[in-house]
Amino acid sequence: MNRGRISIAVVLFFLGMMVAVQFRSTQKLQQNTPIARAQELTTRLKEVKEERDTLLAEVKDLRNKLDEAGAGKRGANKALRDELDKARMQAGTVSANGPGVQVTLNDSPKELNPGEDPNLYILHEEDLLKVINELRAGGAEAISINGQRLLATSEIRCAGNTILVNTKKIVPPVVILATGDPDALKSGLEIKGGIFEQLQFWGLVAEVKKMDNVVVPAFSGPVTFNYSKPAKEGE
Amino acid sequence: MWLPVLGLLIGIIIGFRAPSLPQAYAQYMSVAVLAAMDSVFGGIRAAMEKKFDDTIFITGFFSNVLLAAGLAYIGERVGVALYTAAIFAFGVRIFQNLAIIRRHILKK
Repeated sequence: MNRGRISIAVVLFFLGMMVAVQFRSTQKLQQNTPIARAQELTTRLKEVKEERDTLLAEVKDLRNKLDEAGAGKRGANKALRDELDKARMQAGTVSANGPGVQVTLNDSPKELNPGEDPNLYILHEEDLLKVINELRAGGAEAISINGQRLLATSEIRCAGNTILVNTKKIVPPVVILATGDPDALKSGLEIKGGIFEQLQFWGLVAEVKKMDNVVVPAFSGPVTFNYSKPAKEGE
Repeated sequence: MWLPVLGLLIGIIIGFRAPSLPQAYAQYMSVAVLAAMDSVFGGIRAAMEKKFDDTIFITGFFSNVLLAAGLAYIGERVGVALYTAAIFAFGVRIFQNLAIIRRHILKK
């Protein structure tokens, strides 16, 4: 019977060990934050940090201007001009240059067979919108389409058999200039399953070229506000 | 009687002190624990029926544990949730053994 006792003891020893190990690892499993949540938090942290840095830079900029304004009339003028330049840049009423991309889009050069729908092989305003959307998502700062600077109020619209941008006719080939990180913009357009793949599927011409310096022209027309006026804070 | 209890206590202490298992193996371990419990209850039952054989008990314990963990591993590789089969089989047997043990205790 003594041998039986020893074997039971050995078995219970292993059982106790296994249960304890399992108990601990399960407990640890519950304490760990799920990986997806951790990733989400990391991304969020990065975003918030970037936002903070931008805001800090702006605070510094504004403080400098305030100092200049306080220094005298000449300083005040300079500060005002700087601020005006910034606002103009944001509004798109001055031309912008810097690294970026040049995107060329055109109708399909394919000869149509009788009975084929030509609509499938020409460039539509939707395609243009998707390309612009992708560029903006990639961080493009200033964009122009065939020399028309895109403003916050710009439209891209189909009118009969032409495309209108800023109420000006756009005729293929369409050349889009955009300033921003050339690598990010290019890869955004050429991503697998992205807009370029869709366009090229129909034989449309879609090319993107990285440029060291692109010059995005200023908006030439007037920007008028007939119905809107600035609302005061808290109104 | 004190020897098995001592074994259990030492096992639990070592289990709590030992380096913890990677999470990937936790599933195999859970099935193995279930197999071990099944063996122990089977052993108690056999003892009550006066049929206890320590060789069968100890080999049954280790083969059950290894088989259960091995089955779970193969299931994982093949893409079939084989460990559910082990959980089901051992779960049913644990309850059966418990019922028989209870009857033996009540009869006394």
